[in-house]
Amino acid sequence: MNTIKTEYLEERFNELLSAQPESKLKSWQKEGFQTFTKVGLPTLKNEEWKYTGISRLFTRDFSIPSKGTESISREIVEKAAMPGASAMNHLVFLNGKLNLELSTFKKSDDFEICTLEEAYNGRYKDDVEAYFNKSSLVTKDGIHALNVSFMNDSVFIKVNKGHEVSMPVYFNHIFDATHNHLLASPRSLVIVEEAAKVEIIESYYTHGSMDSFSNEVVEIIAKENCQIEAYKIQNDTPNGNHVGTTHIRQIGKCLVNTVTISLNGGMIRNNTDIIMEKDANEAHMYGLYFLKGHTHVDNHTLVDNTKPLCFSNELYKGIIDDYATGVFSGKIIVRPDAQKINAYQSNKNILLSPTGTINTKPQLEIYADDVKCSHGCTVGRLDEEALYYLRARGINKDLAKSMLLKAFADDIVMHIKIEAVKEYVESLIAERLQLHD
Amino acid sequence: MSDEMQLLEERVNREYEFGFTTDIETDTIPKGLSEDVVRLISKKKNEPEWLLEWRLKAFRHWQTLKMPKWAHLKYPEIDFQDIIYYAAPKTSKVKPDSLDEVDPELLKTFEKLGISLKEQKRLTGVAVDVVMDSVSVATTFQSQLAEKGIIFCSMSEAIQKHPDLVRKYLGTVVPMTDNFFAALNSAVFSDGSFCYIPKGVRCPMELSTYFRINQENSGQFERTLIVAEDGAYVSYLEGCTAPRRDENQLHAAIVEILAGDEAEVKYSTVQNWYPGDENGVGGVYNFVTKRGLCRGHHSKISWTQVETGSAITWKYPSVILKGDYSIGEFYSVALTTGAQQADTGTKMQHIGKNTRSRIVSKGISAGKSQNSYRGLVHVAKGAENTRNFSQCDSLLLGDKCGAHTFPYIESRNNTAIVEHEATTSKIGEDQLFYCEQRGLDAEKAVALIVTGFAKEVMNNLPMEFAVEAQKLLAVSLEGSVG
Repeated sequence: MNTIKTEYLEERFNELLSAQPESKLKSWQKEGFQTFTKVGLPTLKNEEWKYTGISRLFTRDFSIPSKGTESISREIVEKAAMPGASAMNHLVFLNGKLNLELSTFKKSDDFEICTLEEAYNGRYKDDVEAYFNKSSLVTKDGIHALNVSFMNDSVFIKVNKGHEVSMPVYFNHIFDATHNHLLASPRSLVIVEEAAKVEIIESYYTHGSMDSFSNEVVEIIAKENCQIEAYKIQNDTPNGNHVGTTHIRQIGKCLVNTVTISLNGGMIRNNTDIIMEKDANEAHMYGLYFLKGHTHVDNHTLVDNTKPLCFSNELYKGIIDDYATGVFSGKIIVRPDAQKINAYQSNKNILLSPTGTINTKPQLEIYADDVKCSHGCTVGRLDEEALYYLRARGINKDLAKSMLLKAFADDIVMHIKIEAVKEYVESLIAERLQLHD
Repeated sequence: MSDEMQLLEERVNREYEFGFTTDIETDTIPKGLSEDVVRLISKKKNEPEWLLEWRLKAFRHWQTLKMPKWAHLKYPEIDFQDIIYYAAPKTSKVKPDSLDEVDPELLKTFEKLGISLKEQKRLTGVAVDVVMDSVSVATTFQSQLAEKGIIFCSMSEAIQKHPDLVRKYLGTVVPMTDNFFAALNSAVFSDGSFCYIPKGVRCPMELSTYFRINQENSGQFERTLIVAEDGAYVSYLEGCTAPRRDENQLHAAIVEILAGDEAEVKYSTVQNWYPGDENGVGGVYNFVTKRGLCRGHHSKISWTQVETGSAITWKYPSVILKGDYSIGEFYSVALTTGAQQADTGTKMQHIGKNTRSRIVSKGISAGKSQNSYRGLVHVAKGAENTRNFSQCDSLLLGDKCGAHTFPYIESRNNTAIVEHEATTSKIGEDQLFYCEQRGLDAEKAVALIVTGFAKEVMNNLPMEFAVEAQKLLAVSLEGSVG
């Protein structure tokens, strides 16, 4: 059994820090590392990490990107990018750091994009201070603290009041693991002002044969009457591991939709948290994990209703093949006096192979009485009767199976509102199911 | 609202009905837990050497463990040295042969509880084993049962009279190393019931155990072992009460059930330990490990529980479905009021092929209480064609209480079908309106709706218990209109 090593991280941390001037960001990083030293990596004993042994990844020596710009060929950027990226505000994150040289986006008054440092040293100091790394719900977590410690060229995005960003904002994460195992810590803060509208898409690509581990945190601040679509499309190589926390605070009455599609990768953990801090917030969360090989995908969701009259709906679906593992853990919290909440959660799974595993844990934690909350969850196989129906009409077994699985997946894919992204995901699923037009 | 407030106040001021103590001389040992105490308990009970060794092994293991913290419960650290681990009513040195020899004070206690042993013996035909504090005081109908080859007696008696059976099965379902409280119980368990149904015998009557904690500061650690051989059937009832105390009493029991081929065991509990007052002072801490093993094919174990008492309940009656075609069932109504906290549910471990399980859990929270369902359905790799259905509904009465659901579903088999659904809501205005419009007052309407809510579980209780449980529910709910 290989041992888990984290001691060397302190050395790397000091190296990274010494290359930076004294600043508020640096103090956040220091605080983060202190928390990490105190709490350590989550183990299986930790209830939130019961089914995902993330500390296993730390049996290898990770290299940590240093300060300064790195580069990678345009070809690789093109390869990593999803089709239709040219019609998006294409931001390239190389090894977790925003690379403005490789990025292509149209400057407009709709939004601002810069590094977190620039934002803090420039005119967005107040915003950064008010919203960055504030939620105690996650800052106490070891893996989250590790992200803060090693954040480097993080991104600050602000969508201006009343503006609609016409082209989606696309985070193209590229990890260069040709020579070393890589630990990347992408970090972003997105502030969506009143009555603004934005679509954010993220994808992940590991280049090279060594392992990458991206430990990402995205914080989104949603203000009054804004609309946000946040998508994550995961189709990485089997050596690409990922822990990603998308922490959305609805501080004004607004609408948030998230879609998380996981198709390929190594060990993946997605935390999607929605904190409803104002009355009458609305959120929809969708997720599809369609896995094969040894891929492990863990989706943790949280809907924290702190104020009355909120609505949330959550649907996660999983198809597990080969030796893959699918984990779903959803939590709905209704805080005391947050009355008139409607919160729904549903998780449906199909286990295709005798060697696959599904663990699911849909939870409700309710401290107010005038609420309607429900959750449902199923684990099963393909409906025999539906299969029979199709086969009785002359459709061969494989095709019938593929048709049913496609229909199962479509329930999620249909919620992607950007046509190019939807088509891309559909093509990936068709490829997996060997369906041709 | 003022009417409701008044009702609520009445409810809060309602005394715990069973809160009396009995002045009976008891034989207790000093507070605290050490190897010597374990030896002393074993010696007092005149136990064989192997059992003492077993206890000591459990005790040593327990010392290496820490109290689990994962449950959704809040309570102060328990001082395990501040508990009396053995208390027995000093009636006579040996166990009485018939009821006539039992201390009349003691009999009066049970009459107050509504379980007059004599009465029961004559009228209902339910065989009862009564455990007070730590020791079994009376068992009825033993001789009639013996004719059929059924052994139903206290655990201490079984250790003396049927040591081979006890040794063969004790700790096979709940090993001493299972968890913190199981280890503690294994070290210090004082008594409990033992029941053995031989091959092919259908137990002609309901078997029943009644537990009562009487002595102050004492903990009750009983151990029940039920063995149903191939083709046997038994229905077993368990009831509990405790007097009112300002201090918390500890109850850490173990129930083990084994079912052979085509055997069926039905275990029903009505738990009504003292819940403490409305501020959470006093009350019983109930940390119980209950587990059944369906080791034969076509065997069936069914748990039904009505939980209304205890300050803290930590209890997960489980079934290990090892035999092919075996069935596990769990029906539960958990009602919490005042400052009670409950974290209860079940575990269904599917190992055999074509196994089935069904979970129906109804949680009702009122006052400032917290009520959690925590359940696990695990489907092992070889458990072909497993079928599970779980349903957890919570009803909230009042805006200060909480209802939580923590289901765990783990599937390793692609032929298994597992379903879970849960809802949380309060009583619908329209339902209340419908009842009130037909002349029921608010309180009766709530009682009616709650009874309906819990009906699916109540229907699974044996007749004698169903009546009692229904009453208990109604009494506990008095004034909780919200």
